[in-house]
Amino acid sequence: MKELLILAIVTVFSLIVYYLVEPFAHSQMHKHVESEHFAYADLPALTKTGDASRGKELVMGAGACVGCHSIDVEGMGAPMDAVSSAAAYGVNPPDLSNAGAIYDAKFLNALIKNPAHALMVEHKFDVNKGEMHPMIPFYGAGGDIDQEVADMVTYLQSIAVKKDEVTPEMAFENACGRCHSVKYEKWTQIGTKPAFKHKKDELAFDIKVLEYQDSLRSYMGTLPPDLSMYIRSRGEHYISTFIENPQTYLEGTSMPRVGVTAGTAEKVIEYLEDSGDTKRHEREETGKYVMIYIIIFAIFGLLWKKQVWRDLH
Amino acid sequence: MAHFTKATSIKDWLNQRLAIEKVEKVLASEYWIPKNINFLWAMGMILVVTFALLLVSGIFLLMYYQPNVDLAFDSVNYTIMREVDFGWLWRHVHGVAASVVFLIIYIHMFTGIYYGSYKKGREMIWISGMLLFVAFSAEAFSGYMLPWGQMSYWAGMVITNLFAGGSLHADGLVEWIRGDYVPAQAFLNRFFMLHVLLIPLAIIGLIGLHFGALRIPHVNNQDGEEIDFDEESKKYLAGDKAGSKVIRFANDFMAKDMMVVGFFLVFFFYLVFYHYGFAMDPVNFDPADGLKTPAHIYPEWYFLWSYEILRPFSTDIGLMAFAFAQVIFVALPFLDRSPNAIPASRRGLFKYWFWAMLVDIIVLTAMGKLPPAGIFSTIGLVSALVFIGLWIALPFITYFEKKV
Repeated sequence: MKELLILAIVTVFSLIVYYLVEPFAHSQMHKHVESEHFAYADLPALTKTGDASRGKELVMGAGACVGCHSIDVEGMGAPMDAVSSAAAYGVNPPDLSNAGAIYDAKFLNALIKNPAHALMVEHKFDVNKGEMHPMIPFYGAGGDIDQEVADMVTYLQSIAVKKDEVTPEMAFENACGRCHSVKYEKWTQIGTKPAFKHKKDELAFDIKVLEYQDSLRSYMGTLPPDLSMYIRSRGEHYISTFIENPQTYLEGTSMPRVGVTAGTAEKVIEYLEDSGDTKRHEREETGKYVMIYIIIFAIFGLLWKKQVWRDLH
Repeated sequence: MAHFTKATSIKDWLNQRLAIEKVEKVLASEYWIPKNINFLWAMGMILVVTFALLLVSGIFLLMYYQPNVDLAFDSVNYTIMREVDFGWLWRHVHGVAASVVFLIIYIHMFTGIYYGSYKKGREMIWISGMLLFVAFSAEAFSGYMLPWGQMSYWAGMVITNLFAGGSLHADGLVEWIRGDYVPAQAFLNRFFMLHVLLIPLAIIGLIGLHFGALRIPHVNNQDGEEIDFDEESKKYLAGDKAGSKVIRFANDFMAKDMMVVGFFLVFFFYLVFYHYGFAMDPVNFDPADGLKTPAHIYPEWYFLWSYEILRPFSTDIGLMAFAFAQVIFVALPFLDRSPNAIPASRRGLFKYWFWAMLVDIIVLTAMGKLPPAGIFSTIGLVSALVFIGLWIALPFITYFEKKV
């Protein structure tokens, strides 16, 4: 009985120390941000039902989207390669094939009408100084602008994969990967780095990446960090709420709100887990067996003690 | 030269050359331990097991780790965590064991303080134990540099800066320790050497001394009773095992130790697989960057109490208080003037001193991590003063303690 009391005292003091230096200290050091479940409540609600075929005409025509964006599924290539695009716009504009599935519809609507506002980077672009976001707002094609935008978004949704078919790579590469590298996954801002046979070709590729990064750096103010280990350094909750609205953690950051859906954000997290916590499934699996083994070991320890001490009392 | 006869068995052959039977008696079957002990007496064995886990996991990590500022971070986080089979397991075992070993060291230390196991001939056990604590601290700190993450770099910067000695401005000493103006390649290399060679050698030597120091005064017991080990062991060997106050180290004491070790390992592996975050600071998963200071720099939890003794004061006073905190525990056997070597619960004011010290260290630990602002820095200052005050009071309250 006395031993149990001692064990209780040791356990209580250990848990108090743990509570104070871990959950309590972290709650005091870091701002806690609750998820808004990717509702984008600050953006206007959708009021119109779009028509995909009219949307297609706008995207290909008056909307002028394809002037900068590629739409691979429709056979529309990019007007410029990634490096030249970055030199022109600061960052390579995304391919729109799956934008309808990756990004939230409400966000896309707001983005087309006013990119800097939807992306939450208005603090970077002072209209009075003639600073414009590189994506030009859509001013309307002569009809009801809300209807036109709804048509365009509906078109983008119609060509995209189904929402549950968005893969972690698709989500990450489209929404994050044009600014962030993930070197543990061989991902660079201009795509996955292939295995090269000749050193010369590899260097040529590396130079392209460096050129792209130079443009990106001057556009963003700093080179966005490599995200290989972010799942361990930031954790799932931080990353998810940060993607939702970067300004809550870093006021004035040049990282835009990218406007992904909740489902896409989960895929992005999965991608980062595949990079920085690759062995998580193996860890859980191995953990089970080790726990079973060690519990049996402890039971044998108990039985051995009982046997040896039978004569000692 | 000794006389050797033709051996009758392998055991006999070895016995003639190595006296293995005698060695076995001295180290195990006739190494006498008091029977009146509780599970806290198994902390030593838990520490041996944890040290073994650190050593073995460390050897595996050493095969892939690269002590180079450009490669270190990736060799840990990419090569070991992704490429090497079960590299993640060795790393998590190593990281969690490095943290848990300090929890056990603190339990072991406070057990010693509570039961007065540093008195009456047991001073060298205490002193060698405190030297081990210092060596483990250096080992933990040097190991923390190796992944070359943000916390490695900035903790290395802050701790080596302490050697400038405040107003003494011994910047030359700091540069000499770092081998550079800032933590860089020379710094990483020498801390790598310290972590994998020099300090482990010192630890192994000190463990030998710590065990050796136990032989003559013997292990204490939970009532502080003075036992005639010769008399009691004769009783045991004569067959009165139940009546004797002593037990064999092996298998009697060992059986109880291994039971406690078994329970400990259940707890340990639970942490390794399901709750390792506390031992692997998230900030250290960002690569070292000398141009980006982290928002909060704090040491691992086991250094927080002494860090907090440094922090609430001005630089010079803080350094003196810090130095005081580092060495004062070693002097415990000489500051405790009481003749009683019994549990704290039966020792007048010392009983309160013990619990006050324990609570104060926990408060310091908590404040050491929190941002030093507002109420937290006031609490930190008060607890640092209480810590110093308790040590100053110790000789007086124990001097007037009644002999029991």
